[in-house]
Amino acid sequence: MNQNGKLTIVVIGNGMVGYKFCEKLIRKSSNFNIVVFGEEPRPAYDRVHLSEYFNGKSADDLSLADISWYAENGIRLHLCNPIKKIDRHSKKIYSFKGDEQSYDYLILATGSSAFVPNIPGIEKDGVFVYRKIEDLELIKSYGCKANKAAIIGGGLLGLEAAKALLDLGIKETHVIEFAPRLMPRQIDNSGSMMLQSKLLELGVQVHLNKNTSTVNGNGKIESLIFSDNSHLDIDMLVISAGIKPRDELAQMAGLELGPRGGIAVNDQCKTSDDYIYAIGECALYNGMVYGLVAPGYEMAEVAAVNICGNTKSLTGFDMSTKLKLIGVDVASFGDAFIAEPDCRTIVFEDRYKGIYKRINISNDGKFLLGGILIGDATSYNILLQTVNNRIIIPPNPDDLIMGSRGEPVEKAGGGVMNLPGQALICSCEAISKDAICSAVTEQGVTTMEALKKCTKAGTGCGGCIPMMKDLLLGTMQANGVYIKNTLCEHFNYSRQELFDLVKINSLKTYNEILELYGKGDGCEVCKPAIASILAGLWNDLILKQETIQDSNDRFLANIQKGGTYSVVPRIAGGEITPDKLITIGQVAKKYNLYTKITGGQRIDLFGAHLTDLPEIWEELIDAGFESGHAYGKSLRTVKSCVGSTWCRFGLHDSVSFAIEIENRYKGLRAPHKLKGGVSGCIRECAEAQSKDFGIIATEKGWNLYICGNGGSKPQHAQLLAGDINRETCIRYLDRFLMFYIKTADPLTRTATWLNKMEGGMIYLKNVITNDSLGIAAELEAAMQQHINTYRCEWKAAIENTEMRKRFSHFVNAPKEKDPNAQFVAMREQVKAKEW
Amino acid sequence: MMHTFEFIGVTHDIDSTLIVEEKWLFACHADDVPENGGVCVKSNQEQIAVFNFARRGEWFATQNLCPHKQQMVLSRGMIGSTGDQCEPKVACPFHKKTFSLVTGKCLSGDEYQIKTYPVKINDGKVYIQVE
Repeated sequence: MNQNGKLTIVVIGNGMVGYKFCEKLIRKSSNFNIVVFGEEPRPAYDRVHLSEYFNGKSADDLSLADISWYAENGIRLHLCNPIKKIDRHSKKIYSFKGDEQSYDYLILATGSSAFVPNIPGIEKDGVFVYRKIEDLELIKSYGCKANKAAIIGGGLLGLEAAKALLDLGIKETHVIEFAPRLMPRQIDNSGSMMLQSKLLELGVQVHLNKNTSTVNGNGKIESLIFSDNSHLDIDMLVISAGIKPRDELAQMAGLELGPRGGIAVNDQCKTSDDYIYAIGECALYNGMVYGLVAPGYEMAEVAAVNICGNTKSLTGFDMSTKLKLIGVDVASFGDAFIAEPDCRTIVFEDRYKGIYKRINISNDGKFLLGGILIGDATSYNILLQTVNNRIIIPPNPDDLIMGSRGEPVEKAGGGVMNLPGQALICSCEAISKDAICSAVTEQGVTTMEALKKCTKAGTGCGGCIPMMKDLLLGTMQANGVYIKNTLCEHFNYSRQELFDLVKINSLKTYNEILELYGKGDGCEVCKPAIASILAGLWNDLILKQETIQDSNDRFLANIQKGGTYSVVPRIAGGEITPDKLITIGQVAKKYNLYTKITGGQRIDLFGAHLTDLPEIWEELIDAGFESGHAYGKSLRTVKSCVGSTWCRFGLHDSVSFAIEIENRYKGLRAPHKLKGGVSGCIRECAEAQSKDFGIIATEKGWNLYICGNGGSKPQHAQLLAGDINRETCIRYLDRFLMFYIKTADPLTRTATWLNKMEGGMIYLKNVITNDSLGIAAELEAAMQQHINTYRCEWKAAIENTEMRKRFSHFVNAPKEKDPNAQFVAMREQVKAKEW
Repeated sequence: MMHTFEFIGVTHDIDSTLIVEEKWLFACHADDVPENGGVCVKSNQEQIAVFNFARRGEWFATQNLCPHKQQMVLSRGMIGSTGDQCEPKVACPFHKKTFSLVTGKCLSGDEYQIKTYPVKINDGKVYIQVE
């Protein structure tokens, strides 16, 4: 004890566990002087996510706490300062640099080093271990010259290393494993085979049952020789064959070690010396060294509690793990290997998608004992909770991994809100469901950021973050805090709720709706959103309520730089007659418009003055054109390839089908714009799979894809139904579009709508093709009503003098154009003057 | 088509000694302006946006130029209100910058300021005070 009456705690090792110990200790008490010695040049960093160092994360990104954190908390941190000796008698430690420090309690958090097998030639250049940032730096600089690399060790860390080598751009990567399968501690043979084929797809070759006997090469590594006399030419080798506890200091100090190394500790993490604790990967508990972060953190907690004078004991560890290896989900939980007759096993294997799932059920069918997930581990969290909390499983246990009839898998297990209060949500930080819920209830936490800060949950491996989100929302809902995405400050309803209210009450105007369900005077958010609802429900002329429309809809044209507008007549399916082309050319010339072919196979005419719009449209309509609705959140175009009428590959007439579909849905207003495409064969020249709906001809009919889009976040459309006939295709489209119009949030494209949808594509497919909500007839009727009430709104606008009058720039000089709308010449046409 | 600008001079007392003359521009007829929307009025070289905030029974006028990208479009913007005090506002159709119809202050976080003008309705006619 020193002069200020505080005990001195010295921590040897500043890795993840050593750091966690400090964090836990200062939170529990301020009665200690803490001194930390680390041998690495930087403060503790996140080794779990070490391989991210190769995809651009910096050492700082991985850091657990800034160097200033230690100072702020009164911790003396010595970096680059390895310890030479512990003198237990005088309770002092000595560093290689010559520092001397006495302690009241000593914490050994020295961690582990890579285990390097004793293979002849292993000392050659080009052989590395995979452990520290420094190792990674060496691998990085050597790896840029290497073409063929191997990893010894097909465990968790070995596969991480394989990913690192892939990220470095090494063309050929091999994984050598002594055991008959990959990750032998986590997964079974079938799981290993699935993982192996996934790895091969990514360019990683796996060699099992291989025992390396010699590392060959002249100074630097050139090949590996195996005990079966086979060999492999490589120019780089990374060793990841397991860990070796760093117990040399403890050994010299005469502390008790295990027969194969590791500092022996009791269930309070105390070594054979009452004043010395060992935590993390250097410690041996119950004859085991634990190479995972969660047990290390648990040891840090137990040691901290005991040093503060309270009692807490280790109670065995959950070795369940979930990780993403080279983009492949791999998880193992509970008793993954228990086999019949001690349990009953359900296995699901999808070699096409590379998914393998195994769950082990108790013989009485009541409990889940453990399992393995490869390729899709979305249900890991809830399955782990089901094991750990001995939750009674559903009568059809296969629902646990398959989902029940279209319900998402999460639902089948009951969801995270149904877990008991003591259920461990964050195993890294040992945070229970109760602790999370009470942070929400008692401390009024409403965001994930605040929840992490307040509970520390989710700050380790991050695997529990989805469960935390569900708990946050679920608890807030249970507390009567109604969370929803309301339209804006004027309406406390979501778009979908308002849609139903407007429909049930047959409301036709914005003012009525604001009066009944809103407050204030409305705004630029709720006005167009309600305009869209009204259009979706009643399909009345939007110009009857012009001032709730966005500017484009108000003037039925797209506003462009300089305040002029662009004009897009409908050219369904991209098919146009020479006469109509001539008309477009004449109109463009007459009004000095810039013309361009659009991405949707039509022609855009830019630079029209507001005052000229009615006359331009009059001429277009006389020639047989109608509005193209390019200005609306509505159906734009249905793009087509030429199809079987001309193309030698075409299977069906894609142009006729595209025209039919475009005309069917023209004028259909939606939460966002809608685009479609029809391709006449699999070559997909219409790029239909990048559209909100895409139709592709097959030998037997049509494939219908939905919810794709281009734009800033491109997303392919997904198959809704295959080989269907024309009528079914239209019926499904009617349902899909109306369901979208009815339920999507404002300005949400179909792809985002689907991404946010609970249950995803399986659910949507059920609604559309199996009528699981029983609303198919209603949706089809709504679409029929839309089709029956369609009118070209430009035709209506120019025929009505009152409406026509609105198309002028100056109310007191209706024929005058805006002098500020100016053009400059460009390639024999004009463009808007730069703003 | 020629336009005449009709000015009406109005004088009134301010603390019984000062007499001020105001210039009011006849802009248009009240029913030329759509309910809860705006129109643009030409005044010499200026463009003025006039808004008929029918829901509140109020009229407002501002410059027509949106200061963000120098576009003559505010009269085509949607109007509404914001906050507990229901501050009336207009949103520019280009990038949805919003401006108070009372103070001309930009309400969407930028340092812009637009000009506002007094408006009055007399016998179904809209007048804007330009000086």
